[in-house]
Amino acid sequence: MSRALIAGAALTALFVLAAALSFAWTPGDVAAMNIAERLQPPSAEHWLGTDHFGRDMLSMIMIGARTSIAVALVAVGIGMGLGVPLGLAAAANRGGWLDEVISRGSDLVFAFPSLVIAILITAIFGPGAVNAILAIGIFNIPVFARLTRGAAMALWSREFIMAARVAGKRGPRISVEHVLPNLANLLIVQGTIQFSLGILAEAGLSYVGLGAQPPIPSWGRMLADAQTMVSLAPHVAIIPGLAIVLMVLGLNLLGDGLRDRLDPRLNAVRA
Amino acid sequence: MPLDPGVARPYRAAMLAYAVKRLISLAISLLVASAVIFAVVEIAPGDPARFMLGINAQPDTVAALRAELGLDVPKWQRYLNWLGGMITGDFGTSYTYRTPVAQMVADRLWVSLPLALYALTLSTAIAFPAALIAAARRGRGPDVAVMGATQLGVAVPNFWFAMLLVLLFAINLGWFSAGGFPGWSDPLAALKALTLPAIALALPQAAILARVMRSSLIDVLGEDFIRTARAKGLSMRQALWRHGVRNALIPVLTILGLQFAFLLAGAIIIEQVFYLPGLGRLIFQAITQRDLVVVESVVMLLVFAVIMVNFAVDLAYAAVDPRLRRRA
Repeated sequence: MSRALIAGAALTALFVLAAALSFAWTPGDVAAMNIAERLQPPSAEHWLGTDHFGRDMLSMIMIGARTSIAVALVAVGIGMGLGVPLGLAAAANRGGWLDEVISRGSDLVFAFPSLVIAILITAIFGPGAVNAILAIGIFNIPVFARLTRGAAMALWSREFIMAARVAGKRGPRISVEHVLPNLANLLIVQGTIQFSLGILAEAGLSYVGLGAQPPIPSWGRMLADAQTMVSLAPHVAIIPGLAIVLMVLGLNLLGDGLRDRLDPRLNAVRA
Repeated sequence: MPLDPGVARPYRAAMLAYAVKRLISLAISLLVASAVIFAVVEIAPGDPARFMLGINAQPDTVAALRAELGLDVPKWQRYLNWLGGMITGDFGTSYTYRTPVAQMVADRLWVSLPLALYALTLSTAIAFPAALIAAARRGRGPDVAVMGATQLGVAVPNFWFAMLLVLLFAINLGWFSAGGFPGWSDPLAALKALTLPAIALALPQAAILARVMRSSLIDVLGEDFIRTARAKGLSMRQALWRHGVRNALIPVLTILGLQFAFLLAGAIIIEQVFYLPGLGRLIFQAITQRDLVVVESVVMLLVFAVIMVNFAVDLAYAAVDPRLRRRA
C-alpha cells in the first residue's frame, strides 16, 4: 500500500471515529457555558483549549466533524444517487435525445458558480444543514452524470456488452448488470474527492452563516465565531481550520491512493 | 501563422459554424439560468411590499407599492420585464434602499472585480513557475515539494487562510490593515487593502492551477516533437521553454476560465473576512433584508459573467485546436 493511501485512510478514520464517538461521549459538555474558563489555551484539562463561551474545543471539533461528515456524505449520496443513473441512461441512449438533454443539462449546471447558487438556495429557503446539503448535492449530480456517461460510453463498445446484447438483454439491464460494476472503482475515487469538496463547501456555507445553525457545532461556524477573537486567543481560529485541512487532506490522499491502487493503468503510468 | 487560401476558407467556415452553435447554446444557457434564478426567488415566502411597509400598513398602501415595484402583474410578465430590464441595463430598484440596483452593483463591482483579477494574476504568477520547476524536475526534490504544497493548498479553505494572514500580517506584524477598503481615490492604498484578500484567494487556486499545468506539461514532454527537439541537442529546459509551454497552455486556458468563476464566488466569502464593500457584502446584506431584487440581479450577473467567460474560453480553445470545432 502506498504511503498516501495509509496516511489518507488514517486521517479519515481519525475524524470518522471522533465523530462516531461524539454520539456516546465527548470530553466536555458543548451545551453548557462556562464563562470563567473562556478562551483558555490548550491544557491538560482541555486538550484543544476552550472557546468564547468556555466550551471544550475538542468536544466542539468532534461534534463539528459529525456535522461536516453528515452534510458531505448525504450531498455525495444525492450526487451519486441521481447522477449515476442519469449518466448510465445517457450512455445507453448515446446520440439520442435523452443523451442530449442529460448532457446539456449537466453542462448548464456546471456553468453555474456553485457557491453562488448555494447562497441563493439557502438565502431563499433559509439557512440550515438540510438546505446546505441540497445546495451542495445538486452540484454533485452533473459531476457523477458526466463521469458515468464518459466511462460507460467506452464500455458500450466492448465485446462483453455486445455479447449481452446478443443474448437479448436490454439497455437498462445491461447498464445495471454489466456497466455499473465496471464503474465502481471510478465512482469510489470520485466519491472521495466530492466528499472532500463537500467538507470545504459546508465549511464555507456555515462560515457565512448559511449552514448548520447554532447550537449545532460546525467547523465553519466556529471559525466565524473566532474571527473577532483572533487577536485574543489565536487557538480558537487555528484549531477548527486545522481540523478542516486535515480532514480534506486525508480524503484527498485517500482518493489519490485508491485511484492508484484500483486503476492499474495509472499505476503503470506512474512507475 | 499565414494560411494559404485553400486552407483558410474551410478554417473560417468551421470556426464560424462552431461560433454560431456555441452562441445558440450560450443563449439557451442564459435563458434557462435566468428562468431558474427567477423561479427560485419567486417561491421565496413573503411579499416584498408588505415586508417593506411593516405589518401595520394599510391594504391600499401595500397595493400602491406593489404597483410601483411592478409586483401587480402576472408572474410570466414580471419575468419578461426583469429579463428585458437586465438586457437594457435596468436591474430594477432595491426594495430597501430605493436606489437602482445597477448603480449599487456598479459601485461594488469596483471592489470585487479588481480583487478577482488581482487574485487571478497572483495565482498565475505563483502556479506557472512552480509547475515549470515541478515538470522539469519530475519525481525529484522540487517536484515532490511542489506537489506536497499543492496537496496542502487544495485542502485549505480560503477564508481560514485569510484569517491566518490577518493574524500574522495585520495583527502581529502590523504591515496591513485587518480589513476595510479606502476607495480608489488613493490607488496604492486601495491595492494594499486588496493584497491580503487577493493572496488568500489566490493560493488555493494556484495549487489547482499548478497541478493542471504540471500534468499538462508532463503530457507534452512525452510527445514526439519534444523528443525531436531533445535529439536536436536542446536541453530539457530549452525544449520545455521553446516547445513545451505553448502546447501545454491549452488545457490551462480552460482551467483559468473555470477559476474565474471560483474566484468570483470565493471573493464573496473573502469579502466577509476583510469587511470589503464588494458584491459579496451586497448579497449578504440583501439576503438579511430580504431585498430579493438585489439578490436576484447580483446572482444573475455572476452567473452571466461565469457563462460568458466559459464561452470566451471555449471559442479561444476552438481557435487554437481544430479538433474541437469538428466535435461540436
